[in-house]
Amino acid sequence: MEYFLQQLINGITLGAIYGLIAIGYTMVYGIIGMINFAHGEIYMLGAFISLIAYLITTTIGGGSVAIGLLVALAVTMVFTALWGWAVERIAYRPLRGAPKLAPLISAIGMSIVLQNFTQISQGARVKPLPPVIKGGVTLMQSEHFTVSLSYLQIAIVLLTVALMAAFTWVITRTPLGRAQRATEQDMKMAALLGVNVDRVVSTTFVIGAALAAVAGLMVTLYYGVIDFYIGFLAGIKAFTAAVLGGIGSLPGAMLGGLLIGLIEALWSGYFSIEYKDVAAFSILVLVLLFRPTGLLGRPEVEKI
Amino acid sequence: MTATRPPLLEVEHVTMRFGGLFAVNDLSFSAARKQITAVIGPNGAGKTTLFNCITGFYKPQVGRMALHHDDGPVLLERLDDHRIASRARVARTFQNIRLFARMSVLENLIVAQHQDLMKASAFSLAGLLGLARYHKAEKKALERARYWLDKVGLLDHADDEAGSLPYGSQRRLEIARAMCTDPVLLCLDEPAAGLNPRESHELNGLLTGIRDEHGIGLLLIEHDMSVVMGISDWVVVLDYGRKIAEDTPERVRRDPAVIRAYLGEEENEDLPPEVARDVEEDS
Amino acid sequence: MAATRSITWRGALTDAFVGGLVAAALALPMLGFRLVDSALALSVGFRLDWVLWAALVVFAGRLALNLLRMTGGLPDLRLGERLSARMGNTRHWASWAMIGFATVLPFLPFSDRSLVDKATMVLIYVMLGWGLNIVVGLAGLLDLGFVAFYAVGAYSYALLSTTFGWSFWVCLPLAGLFAAGFGVALGFPVLRLRGDYLAIVTLGFGEIIRVILQNWQDLTGGPAGISGIPRPTLFGLPFLARAPEGGQTFAEFFGLKFSGDHRVIFLYFVILMLALLTNLFTLRIRRLPVGRAWEALREDEIACRSLGLNPTTIKLSAFATGAMFAGFAGSFFATRQGFISPESFTFIESAVILAIVVLGGMGSQVGVVLAALLLVGLPEWFRELQQYRMLAFGGAMVLIMLWRPSGLLSSRSPTISLGGGK
Repeated sequence: MEYFLQQLINGITLGAIYGLIAIGYTMVYGIIGMINFAHGEIYMLGAFISLIAYLITTTIGGGSVAIGLLVALAVTMVFTALWGWAVERIAYRPLRGAPKLAPLISAIGMSIVLQNFTQISQGARVKPLPPVIKGGVTLMQSEHFTVSLSYLQIAIVLLTVALMAAFTWVITRTPLGRAQRATEQDMKMAALLGVNVDRVVSTTFVIGAALAAVAGLMVTLYYGVIDFYIGFLAGIKAFTAAVLGGIGSLPGAMLGGLLIGLIEALWSGYFSIEYKDVAAFSILVLVLLFRPTGLLGRPEVEKI
Repeated sequence: MTATRPPLLEVEHVTMRFGGLFAVNDLSFSAARKQITAVIGPNGAGKTTLFNCITGFYKPQVGRMALHHDDGPVLLERLDDHRIASRARVARTFQNIRLFARMSVLENLIVAQHQDLMKASAFSLAGLLGLARYHKAEKKALERARYWLDKVGLLDHADDEAGSLPYGSQRRLEIARAMCTDPVLLCLDEPAAGLNPRESHELNGLLTGIRDEHGIGLLLIEHDMSVVMGISDWVVVLDYGRKIAEDTPERVRRDPAVIRAYLGEEENEDLPPEVARDVEEDS
Repeated sequence: MAATRSITWRGALTDAFVGGLVAAALALPMLGFRLVDSALALSVGFRLDWVLWAALVVFAGRLALNLLRMTGGLPDLRLGERLSARMGNTRHWASWAMIGFATVLPFLPFSDRSLVDKATMVLIYVMLGWGLNIVVGLAGLLDLGFVAFYAVGAYSYALLSTTFGWSFWVCLPLAGLFAAGFGVALGFPVLRLRGDYLAIVTLGFGEIIRVILQNWQDLTGGPAGISGIPRPTLFGLPFLARAPEGGQTFAEFFGLKFSGDHRVIFLYFVILMLALLTNLFTLRIRRLPVGRAWEALREDEIACRSLGLNPTTIKLSAFATGAMFAGFAGSFFATRQGFISPESFTFIESAVILAIVVLGGMGSQVGVVLAALLLVGLPEWFRELQQYRMLAFGGAMVLIMLWRPSGLLSSRSPTISLGGGK
């Protein structure tokens, strides 16, 4: 029981991070119907930028952790969002309306470029960061096992919930969100009605990248090591989460992220850590077999 | 023909719901052999849904659809969509033309004869080895394709990309492709949509030709009343998923219930049928 | 594009300036600072001059581009279209010339061992590209896990030959069958998923296979892989310096002086033959009912169903056929390397093969060859540059797509005509 609770906590934390990345996939897919393969790399850039920003601010600012983290968070979101914007501008926008696979290949190319660019500019070795937020609360204690909830885990989950709430508000309540949803329904029609589609698409990439940046910062703090390769696996997992929840659906992305996080934590807790990715993918396949559009995706009625 | 021989297609109590909406509601009618049966009705009356049920793309929640071959009936609601073409031999066209756009006109017609060619080529193995059996089957398929190309006037365009044909030709090609499957029932979803009067007139000739020379039944959804009134032998009128009339074209156009369905519930009952026709054509 | 817009000097300068500013902002965190890990702790180093350089390069680049547009537009780079058109007329001639050149390549005066080695590498990718072309190019199924079947083929051969001692020529068809079997086993449940869902599931499958290879120690040797995989022989004649007892080597049999080159050249011809077999198969099957059904399915699945074609079996056949050729290529890879490990079968391989197919121009056989030469061949020559090689590789993928979104060669000729179809 204690062990289960601990894995649950770990899974939710992990799921929050996946969910933040998954939103980027699901939004982009919803609006221009492409798999933004480079999104995992955007998250990886976010992790690097956050590490650099944190180290600089704590050096200059005299080592205050709280200020360092807040500044790092803001700086990371801004610069990572800029990278997300640039990737769309360079590699995807010229290919709008091209054959369906062209943007996918371009995205894969972009992903390779960003990965190797980071490897060259920051070195291939893993970058360790000693724990920044220490301590936690003990929830339950038995003879063999202690269930603990670290402050960092609390912070991650709270920040994720806050971001998602803010984000949902933007999408459902603001003119920007309305334009975004209109473009998602029918890009041509939205353009005819005066929506600046280019700007909406750009904004989508910017928001997605900013959320991925937060995930990058969280991972840097949570695991304490990053390298140029982390984007690949996290990207695949987050995309899996988006598909699991129903691609194009924002609550779906959050739910999918949470589920993938839980599956991974519980599977590695009870079965084998080596096969945790296999478990996540197998469950994806199972879900898709019974609900071909994911858990919260709108079932498609074939238009004939 | 004996009196006891059932009609080609019998539709009984078919109901198709989407959520709470009854797209087709307890509908029964039949389509005879060697006749053109037209299904008409205002927009949203459930015509295309009915077609999708008959051709297996939707599965109705209630009802029975029997297709009577010479060797007994086939129940359409029990077959997968692709089996409806291959086993029940019902072919169809689509409201928004669905051709294999980047393949040639001729290839479109050859793909339609996939079943025969697959059997002849022993799932392509014989073809891979270049056996004579396959060559013979391919020659036969080409003959049939040539016949239909000639019928629809596309013989000179056999090697053109199907997607590059003008609209009217694409419509005719789709009919030719459906006929290449050698059906007993051909379902046409608005074949005259988007055609100019001359093309529409040619279409009438093509469809009556199919009926008279090939002896198959035609089921037709159409908005163009000149087509419906000109060639159909029997007309079924739908409104809100229900059948409101069923009769010969002459009688249907005078049916007050039909006029009401097209013009609304107001006191237009004594409007002359010509007006009803014009209103319909505008919609 | 923007060529029609009139561009003023002022506009060109402003645009380039903005571009430079953006580049500076992008470069600031990633190039301007560098994470340094010393023994004590992680710290940050500065190299802000790099940011300046990045900004200058982008500024100059954009300015040059804008000026080019101002002065009569970009040079017309429709190379591919011209190539396509010309290939249309002389396709047969060109293909035969290519095959001829490939056949004599090892004996040309400038050929050496490393060149033949590189050509072998390119041919493996050509063959994989042709195999995937059946799935993606003809049947229109997006497969992001093609490498899984390549891996199945490689491990099948490695295990069969090291366990039972069976020869390459016995194992080759078996490996192909195994891979095809995997294709069916995976395809059966997932092939009714549409487009992008299929993509993620195939990607997942590729990863699953790799994880299993990495962790099933007893069977696959884990991360260490399998070594000592037997080399192929020519009708039982090994390519060795000294024959095993009671046998003869290739060199002895033909009265040649032993040379390591013999095996390299032999392997080259084996893969050339396998690749040509794949090509021949594809060319033939395109003219058969199954092949046409694949293409019809790519064009419109609903229309296929209305004509009585069963999409599931058609998709399965395409999936299995593609997998089979990947299996052949995999067992060749295993026998050539003599050693395999999960590292050779990562997602990047799938991405490269897919890129070859798409860049080549979906469905075009010659396009695959060109794309493989471009993507695999060229970087092989720049191996010394290591990391920059992959950077350039990714960059090339983006640029070629931007330049020709429908691939290098994208014309298609009908597979049958009223004249008789042959």
